[in-house]
Order: sequence, then C-alpha cells, then structure tokens
Amino acid sequence: MNRKTFINNSGRLILLGGLVYLTGSIIFKRKVSASGKYVWQIDPFKCMQCGRCSTQCVREISAVKCVHAYQLCGYCDLCGGYFKPNTHKLNTGAESQLCPTGALKRKYVEEPFFEYKIDEKLCNACGKCVKGCGSFGNGSLQLQIRHDLCQNCNECSIARMCPTNAISRVPIEAAYQIKGDFKNPALTNPK
Amino acid sequence: MKWLKIILFLLPLLLAFSDLEAQQRFPKPEFHTKYTQPTPTTPEPRGVGMEFVDVLVLLVVLSLTSWFAIKKRSRNGILLLTVFSAIYFGFYRNGCICSVGSVQNVALAFADPKYVISLYALLFFLLPLIFSLFFGRVFCGAACPLGAIQDLLIYKPITIPAWLRKTLGFIPYLYLGLAVLYAATGTEFIICRYDPFIGIYRMNGPHLMIYLGIAFLLMGLFIARPYCRFFCPFGAILNVFSRFSRRHLSVFPTKCIQCKLCTTACPFEAIDFPDEEKTKPDTKSNTRRFILYMALIPVLMLAGSWIGSKSHVFLSKAHPDVYLAELLISHPELKTDSKNIDIQTFLASGKSLETLVAEAQVIRDKFYTGSWILGAFLGLVIGLMAMNQIIFRRREDYQANKGNCYSCGRCLDYCPVE
Ligand code: SF4
Ligand code: SF4
Ligand code: SF4
Ligand code: SF4
Ligand code: SF4
Repeated sequence: MNRKTFINNSGRLILLGGLVYLTGSIIFKRKVSASGKYVWQIDPFKCMQCGRCSTQCVREISAVKCVHAYQLCGYCDLCGGYFKPNTHKLNTGAESQLCPTGALKRKYVEEPFFEYKIDEKLCNACGKCVKGCGSFGNGSLQLQIRHDLCQNCNECSIARMCPTNAISRVPIEAAYQIKGDFKNPALTNPK
Repeated sequence: MKWLKIILFLLPLLLAFSDLEAQQRFPKPEFHTKYTQPTPTTPEPRGVGMEFVDVLVLLVVLSLTSWFAIKKRSRNGILLLTVFSAIYFGFYRNGCICSVGSVQNVALAFADPKYVISLYALLFFLLPLIFSLFFGRVFCGAACPLGAIQDLLIYKPITIPAWLRKTLGFIPYLYLGLAVLYAATGTEFIICRYDPFIGIYRMNGPHLMIYLGIAFLLMGLFIARPYCRFFCPFGAILNVFSRFSRRHLSVFPTKCIQCKLCTTACPFEAIDFPDEEKTKPDTKSNTRRFILYMALIPVLMLAGSWIGSKSHVFLSKAHPDVYLAELLISHPELKTDSKNIDIQTFLASGKSLETLVAEAQVIRDKFYTGSWILGAFLGLVIGLMAMNQIIFRRREDYQANKGNCYSCGRCLDYCPVE
C-alpha cells in the first residue's frame, strides 16, 4: 500500500467513524422516530389571532384556514364571529360582516338558530372571525393548518414568527387540534 | 360532620364543573327540526407513507448514478436520472425534505434532547454521504433536486478565474457553520428559508423566494451551478467526503493521451491539469512552508474562536426570544406600542421580564459555545485551504478533482480513448 492509498483509506475510515458516532449518539438518545411522521399544527388554545398566519406561510395563499368546531357553537343569531361589533341590523350585507373576504357563510336552521360555515377557498386565515367568536361567543371558530394545502415544510415559516409559539410539530395521528365538546374537559383543553 | 366532609370533598368538583359551564357562553341548542350537526373536515396530510418510497428512490438513483459514472461511463444515463430527480424529488415531491436541509435536522437532533428527528430525514442525510465516501459526489451528479435544476439549465458556461473560484469556495463552509449554529440553538433553519429553488418546484411561494430562484437560474445559464459551487452547505461536506472516496469517476477509461479535449467539457473547471515539470517546487523550501502552514492552523483556529466568541452577542439576535428581551430592555417605551404584536403578546402572557431575560441568557450562552466552535472551524477551513495550495501532488494526467467534480459525466463523452 503506498502513501496515497493509506491517507485515502484512513481519511475514509475517520469520516465513516464520524458518521457512525453522529448517528449513534442520535439513535441512542432515542430521538429517531421511524413509525411516525410529524406535521405542523396550531394549538387553538395558544393562538391569539395575531394575523401572521395569513401573511407568513410560504404559500402565496396561506395553508391555514378557519375551521368551525360545530360541537361548541351556540348557533347564535348575533354571531360575534360573523358580525362586526356594534352591528344592529342582523342582515347578511357585506358592510356588517366581519370577514373581509366573505368566507364565513351563514345558513338559517330553525328559530332562532343559524349555522356558520367557512368557505375555505375564500378564507385567508386573517383570524378576525376567530377573534370575534372568542371575545363575544363560544370560541368555536379556530385556525388550523389544512394538511391538503400545507407543504409540511422542514421548518414552518409561520411557527418561527408566531408570537405565542402556538405552532409545533405534532404526530401525524393527531394532525388536527380541533376544539372539542365542552362537556368533556379532556377534549376541551388538552393542555 | 360526615356530611360536611362529603360536601368539602365534592366542592372542588362542583366548582370545576360550574367553571366548565361558564366557558360556554351560549348553551348548545336543542334542535327540533331534523338537523344533523356537521363535523369539521380534516383532510389527510399530503403524501402519507411516501417517505419510505422517497428513501428507496434515493437509494436507487444513487446506485444507478454510481454505476453510470464509474462502470458504464454514460453521460446520457446520468442526464436521464437528473431529469428524473428534478421531476420526482422536485416537482412531484415538492423538494422537501432534501438532503441539503437535513443537515439542520441532524444538527438540532444532536444538540437538542427534546427534538425528535424522523428516520427519513436522517437517512436523507446519511445516504449521500456514505455514497460519496465510496463513489464520489454521485448525489450531486443526478440525485439532488437543487443540483438537477441548475445542471439542466447550463447554457454557455464561462470560465471563472481560479483565485476567484477558490475565494468564493469559502462561502459554503461559512454557510454550513452558520446553518448548524442556528439549527442547533433552535433559532431557525436558514438553509430552508433561503432555499432558492423550492419556490420554483412548488410553483408557489413568497415573491422574494421566486425571484431569488429565477435570479440563480439566469445566472446559472453562464456560471454553471452557481448555488452548488458557491453556496451549498451540504456540498461543502460532500466535497470533503468525496476527496477520500474509494472509487471515483475517471475522465479517461484506460489511459490519458493528453489530448486536452476533456478540459473544455467540464463547465465547473473541475478537471485538474497535469503538473508541468518546471512548476515542481524545490522540496526543501516547500517542506519549510509546509511546516509553517501547519503551525499557522492552530493560530488561525485560535483567532477564529476569539472572533467567534466576540460575535456571539450579534449572532444571537436572530433568536426571537433574545431579540425581544433586548428590545424590551433598550426600548421600554415600546411597551405602550399597541402595534408591536410580539411585545403585546409577551405582556399579555403575564411572564415577567426577568424570566424572559433568563431564558434569553440561556440561549445566548448556547450561542457563546456555538460561536467559538464556529470560529475555530472556519479558522481550520482557511488553514487547510491555504495548505492545499502548497501541497504538491504528482499529477501526470488530466483527471477530475475528487472534491469539486459533481460526477455529471460530461467529460466522459469527450475522451477519445476507447
Ligand atoms: S401566528 Fe400564531 S398567534 Fe398568530 S394567528 Fe397564527 S397561530 Fe395564531
Ligand atoms: S374572518 Fe378571516 S379567518 Fe375568518 S373566515 Fe374570514 S378570512 Fe377566514
Ligand atoms: S408548514 Fe409551510 S406550508 Fe404549512 S403552514 Fe407552515 S409555512 Fe405554510
Ligand atoms: S452541491 Fe449541493 S445543491 Fe449542488 S448538487 Fe450537490 S448537494 Fe445539491
Ligand atoms: S464529471 Fe466531473 S470533471 Fe467531468 S464534467 Fe462533470 S463535473 Fe466536470
């Protein structure tokens, strides 16, 4: 073996050893998940609707959308998420709606109840309705990352900017954190 | 007495329940008509279970590239694989996660005991490196989606002077060091944030990302693979690994006949020329220079770590908690600024400034350790780069530089030797 091959071989061995050490130290701390994949999701109890979800996503139109946890909804006529505060006329005119894009739709169910539904194509995740519903209603409207739109970035660029650190990686089995029934405290507030 | 105990026991429970009741301002309605309450839809994440396929595809592409580059000597085979990678890893899988970015996941997993890395990210990091130890940078040759899009868009490559190439060649190491520092301290993933081509592969993204990508591609028409050569942090690791590869693509199949045809083939100036007899340095003075440079490396590393530790305060400002703590200390008047979301959220959270400052201090301490290591690492890189200039290696043939060659196979078609 001449000098050149010797240097070559020992260099390779050292580098291989480095890789083994790096991998080993990660594996032995049991920090590798083989079964699971992680996705990004918003914890609705931490989110304070700062509005960054609509602007910080790498997608031109955010992968975050408003989601309605119907379980919690009071089906109110005077919906804090639907109407601008201090609206007196409960009509569906654009001037009295809170949603800037008209994505929140209202449907009459029966006296005196209305169902509220989000048109996801129009929603831009501004969070105005979520805030309204949280301050005047039951808090049944919430923001969630929609995984059919999300690119599952290596690092979510909204998470980096979120002031309350509401966005974190969750196991794929629990890909959505939608608020549950208030009668079940475990579902209501998992934290 | 007994009843009192029971009541006392039940009281907290009762309170707890009434508290829950209070959360729901408006009771759930009882519908009289036939109304079924809808449930919110929860669309599945895209490409569930695809990660395993991705790793398999990567393995196959790497093996085939090695075969095409070393055994088959086929540029067309490599070209085909390049197109495939651009389509599969790039346009179909939207380029995430890629090996280039996986460096950060590995760094974070190594530094942060709480971070769980997915096995696939780890394999995406390891496979290209292991292959480079045995067959050279075959990953860059055809498997890397970032390299593929640049390679396919080379039009009229210009020659870049060696001194400029070598100076700019320092950037990837700097980028690598910073990316590892920022990932390991949990600040952010800068490689992903400034990935120039991902926006193009997704055909969606912030304007800046898309413009950056287009700028790189336009530049790449004339400066072949600009991102690979002067920025890519993963390429920096591959470069080092590939220098020690067991086998490597060879420009000529059996014997170099010094026709110089291959030198025009490589758009990256990765082919080393044979040394002329007269440039052979006089051994004695060269040995002296060698020893001098060897002694210089520890000095450079020391200087680097000193500069690094001095700049940790500046570097740590990229972490949002450190930034916020500094801002609140230097500009307390901002507390009344209702437009500053971060400050308002912090004030609303009820956390005290002391806690925030303490947390920021922990992060800054991590930056201190990280920065001096980074500085020493960069000192070492500069030292080794300088030493590489004077080490004399006997070269009789035109041969690919194992560190810089991407195993793209272009030169193979040019060599007239059968
Ligand atoms: S960035 Fe955070 S706080 Fe702001 S809307 Fe999104 S999840 Fe809510
Ligand atoms: S108010 Fe904003 S978050 Fe709510 S539905 Fe409209 S666009 Fe979506
Ligand atoms: S992971 Fe990426 S695509 Fe998904 S919400 Fe975050 S920034 Fe948007
Ligand atoms: S140098 Fe980097 S970007 Fe270029 S092909 Fe290699 S790994 Fe990919
Ligand atoms: S295989 Fe290497 S030396 Fe040959 S043209 Fe490609 S990069 Fe240049």
